Amino acid sequence: MTQVLLGAVSLGLLWAIMTIGVYITYRILDIADLTVEGTLPLGGAIACVLITQKVDPYLASFIAMLGGCLAGLCTGLLHTKLKIPALLSGILTMIALYSVNLRIMGMPNVSILRMSTVFKPLTNLGIDKNVSAIIVGFVFAMIVITLLYWFFGTELGSAIRATGNNQKMVRAQGVNTDTMKILGLVISNGLVALAGSFIAQSQNFADVQMGTGSIVIGLASLIIGEVLFGGRGFYRRLLALILGAVTYRVIIALVLKMGMNSNDLKLFTAVTVALCLWLPQGKEMLAKFKKSLKKEGA
Amino acid sequence: MLQIKDLKKIFNRGTVNEKVALTGVNFTLNPGDFVTVIGGNGAGKSTLLNCVAGVYPVDEGHIFLDGHEVTKLPEHRRAKHLGRVFQDPMMGTAADMNIEENLALAYRRGQRRTLKWGVTAAERVKYKELLQQLDLGLESRMTDKVGLLSGGQRQALTLLMATLQAPKLLLLDEHTAALDPKTAAKVLDLTQKLVEENKLTTLMVTHNMQDAIRLGNRLIMMHEGNIAVEISGEEKKNLDKSDLIALFEKASGGKLESDRLLLS
Repeated sequence: MTQVLLGAVSLGLLWAIMTIGVYITYRILDIADLTVEGTLPLGGAIACVLITQKVDPYLASFIAMLGGCLAGLCTGLLHTKLKIPALLSGILTMIALYSVNLRIMGMPNVSILRMSTVFKPLTNLGIDKNVSAIIVGFVFAMIVITLLYWFFGTELGSAIRATGNNQKMVRAQGVNTDTMKILGLVISNGLVALAGSFIAQSQNFADVQMGTGSIVIGLASLIIGEVLFGGRGFYRRLLALILGAVTYRVIIALVLKMGMNSNDLKLFTAVTVALCLWLPQGKEMLAKFKKSLKKEGA
Repeated sequence: MLQIKDLKKIFNRGTVNEKVALTGVNFTLNPGDFVTVIGGNGAGKSTLLNCVAGVYPVDEGHIFLDGHEVTKLPEHRRAKHLGRVFQDPMMGTAADMNIEENLALAYRRGQRRTLKWGVTAAERVKYKELLQQLDLGLESRMTDKVGLLSGGQRQALTLLMATLQAPKLLLLDEHTAALDPKTAAKVLDLTQKLVEENKLTTLMVTHNMQDAIRLGNRLIMMHEGNIAVEISGEEKKNLDKSDLIALFEKASGGKLESDRLLLS
């Protein structure tokens, strides 16, 4: 059981970086970006292929992140320059990335079993595999939220936040909203690819299918984080994302342990997300319902 | 300061919904002019303002700002020289950001956004002073989200933002139309104060004849996509509402009963 939970927490921390990426587009830019479904395996593919070529795993992960940035740039250009709706732009890049990922790997998956990974330095010290992943995941997640906390406090970051809020106002203040959207998509997809490279290294292989449903997992983590751990202040909100991603993985591990068929997992996640998205409206409906009950009683 | 030459704007060109919004407007604004613009619905007031601001590309004609042609310049690149307040109080501010962040965005209007901190301590002091002058109690709520403010407060804040970096031209698009009469009067007073203090060249669209007569040194009345009446100086000072209606009827052929209602 401990191993199951440790595994869940480690996976949660690695997915947390992806969740933060989703947060940037979904919450800050107010764009539902489906590119991530292609960027996650892209990150895994680049990292694993480079690792098989004996490239240092940290350098490989960094290059994977740059690959993700490039994918984000594609979606951004499709959306802002060709004026294709954001959702469709993301889908187009995602589909294109499927072929790109197959090209990069040369086959549907690449194994890096017994090769070096970002976790190797720790496991070499005799630390448990899951604990190593927890340490690496935690350190990187903290670095990412600290950098983002700083970045979104700068002039440039403020302009990106405002773009997601009120484009007309931002343009009136002399900011090119197209550039801001592209920048947000680049950062977001860079983080998702970084997460993808870590996830692939933790499972010792990259697979062209590993991104399927990732946007839903990201949203589930994001919403669980906001509902359970959210609060005032940007740092707090970023921290909530990490906790949300971990909680999601723990919940999944528990329901699987309780005997749920793993084939039903995606259905379970989709239903959970739908319920969570409905939650704010649901609360209102419930409040109204209670009120009407009281009136009838009186 | 602003020069408009033969400005034409057609919406939905070549379709059944084709609408000629501006039919070749010629107009010059001198430095320090405060021009009020009135006219019925669909007369082209807002279109004129939006063309100047670069929201819509123009079909024909030229726009010069302080001697430089800006006709083809995108909206965000003209913003450097323009202060804008919109009719919808929600439009001028970012609701999910706090008051000081909104002010800081406006303080950097037209500048390159860098990786320097978004709001500095020195700015906060300055903002606090300016907010105090608004007398709306906003100086103690600088870290409150703008979405929590009332429409009047948001409009006052937008005005402050538009004038934080003195613009070459202030564009006010019926900026009191969505407010209740009392709040509208307050925002209008503030407008007058800020314009006078900063000696701003201003173009103000309004639906209120009284305001159009009372404020500014020039008045233009638009009709069917062009300027129908223009009054300035002494003539404007001695103007009253009935004069204006008479002038308008003369210029437009006296046929527009419904428009007159809209001008109230």
